[in-house]
Amino acid sequence: MNKFITTFLVIFIPWILLTGLNIMEIALGGIVSIIISVIISKQLDYGMNVYSIPKVFKFLFIYIPVFIVELIKANLDVAIRVLNPKLPINPGFVKIPTNIKSDYGRLTLANSITLTPGTLSIDVDDQFVYIHWIDVKGNSPEEYQANVSSSFEKLLGGIFK
Amino acid sequence: MIIITYILMVIGAFFYAIGGLGIYRMPDLFNRAQAGTKATTLGTLSLLLGIGVANPAWLPKIFIIIIFIAVTNPVGSSALARAGYVTGVAKYEGTVIDEMQGYFVEECEIDE
Repeated sequence: MNKFITTFLVIFIPWILLTGLNIMEIALGGIVSIIISVIISKQLDYGMNVYSIPKVFKFLFIYIPVFIVELIKANLDVAIRVLNPKLPINPGFVKIPTNIKSDYGRLTLANSITLTPGTLSIDVDDQFVYIHWIDVKGNSPEEYQANVSSSFEKLLGGIFK
Repeated sequence: MIIITYILMVIGAFFYAIGGLGIYRMPDLFNRAQAGTKATTLGTLSLLLGIGVANPAWLPKIFIIIIFIAVTNPVGSSALARAGYVTGVAKYEGTVIDEMQGYFVEECEIDE
């Protein structure tokens, strides 16, 4: 039941935001959301309940601003590299240790690594995130971590555990 | 207000151009994926925000679209890079370190 309500809200709120306040749209969206939530909360196995909602808000207000700033820095970095006639790249594949245990947390970490300066995550396993780094700095996994993901690690560790 | 829209749209177009130039100039698949993903993400965000400023009634929709793009774009480029690595796409000869050597060996055998 818990799972059903949360799934319903997750589907229905974006629908309202997308269509606006129109009685027909809300009625139709409500009916379709109920059908979809019944089906997928019965058939699929995923952890979601009412306690996830504060996490979502924490996520939106703490994480998103940091993320946007990093995204802009990443873009300027790429722009400078691409426009430089010498093409200053020093690429490599490295692995970075991570302490985040939850699946959503690791997914978000991998996504943020992809959108920060010069890094692209390729795969994630239990202990490491494997990344392609356009300008490798440092010699050991700990140094790589300090250069790439430590700020996100702290933030996401607080939100997801 | 319309001036802010134009500025945001020009910024978006600029980053799209950088993304295209990056795909042309970078030496291998992984570096190209980097330039392509990042520049187009910010380009799209900026363009959409510009539209939102011009027509504030659309702002909620714009935010939803921005969240979808910010979440799905990195996943897509990750999948591309991973597929490239698994199938053994040639790497740029200036690649300084490769700690993933051997990581995908099992999966390659399954694929064959």
